[in-house]
Amino acid sequence: MINAVAFGILAVIAIGSALGLIVKKNPIHGALFLVVNLGCVAAFYLMLGAEFLAAAQVIVYAGAIMVLFVFAIMVLIPGKEETGPDPRRRTRLIALPLGAFLFAQLVVMVIAGRTAPSRPAPPGSVEAIGRLLYTDYLFPFELTSVLLLAAMVGVLLLARRRA
Amino acid sequence: MVDSSYYVGLSAVLFTLGVVGVVLRRNPLVVFMSIELMLNAANLALVAFGYRAGTFEGQTLVFFVMAVAAAEVAVGLAIIVVIFRARRRLSVDDLNLMRW
Repeated sequence: MINAVAFGILAVIAIGSALGLIVKKNPIHGALFLVVNLGCVAAFYLMLGAEFLAAAQVIVYAGAIMVLFVFAIMVLIPGKEETGPDPRRRTRLIALPLGAFLFAQLVVMVIAGRTAPSRPAPPGSVEAIGRLLYTDYLFPFELTSVLLLAAMVGVLLLARRRA
Repeated sequence: MVDSSYYVGLSAVLFTLGVVGVVLRRNPLVVFMSIELMLNAANLALVAFGYRAGTFEGQTLVFFVMAVAAAEVAVGLAIIVVIFRARRRLSVDDLNLMRW
């Protein structure tokens, strides 16, 4: 019961903040709405028994990635964009029927997949994830480190001042 | 106990909002944040499916998605900053070349 109430409240906050992100003109407001949304998702992870992911979500997403976003918005002069009339407003409003269509499709899929019974995950998630990462998923795990290194080198190359 | 299909449904809502944001907005930074929203919705669905199946594979996958998202954000923001430096304005309508 408590769980259902918490889920309802958090779901309303999550959807509201996602709406705020796509409606607000100022990108800084959008970034702050996104932080709220990411926090809600972290709470959902906790409710689903994924403690490790909830912590990683707060540290990596709401912490590191959003700081990067806010930093980039500050560097790129916020509020100067998306002012004045939109020359392609008609084309852009296709997003609304498109979104409605996609949503209808997803709802059909969710309802069709509902029959499977839900069974709670066994406890001890951090240990189990670590074991999986270093046994079955060892190769993808190592590839991830190469990917992060490549991203780092690429960003250094991009950020270099051109003479 | 909330049934896991409610989480999947919520993730469908968030994903759709992300798609609408990507198509609707003109500022590449907001488009990028909408992509993050979609990634998060997919992550939530993965965790919900893992919960339903009673395994940890879904959570492990989410871990990888987070790492890829971090790399993607770093590179993408760097590209946006470089484009802004070259063009002095920021709108997705200006971006019609794969080089600058």
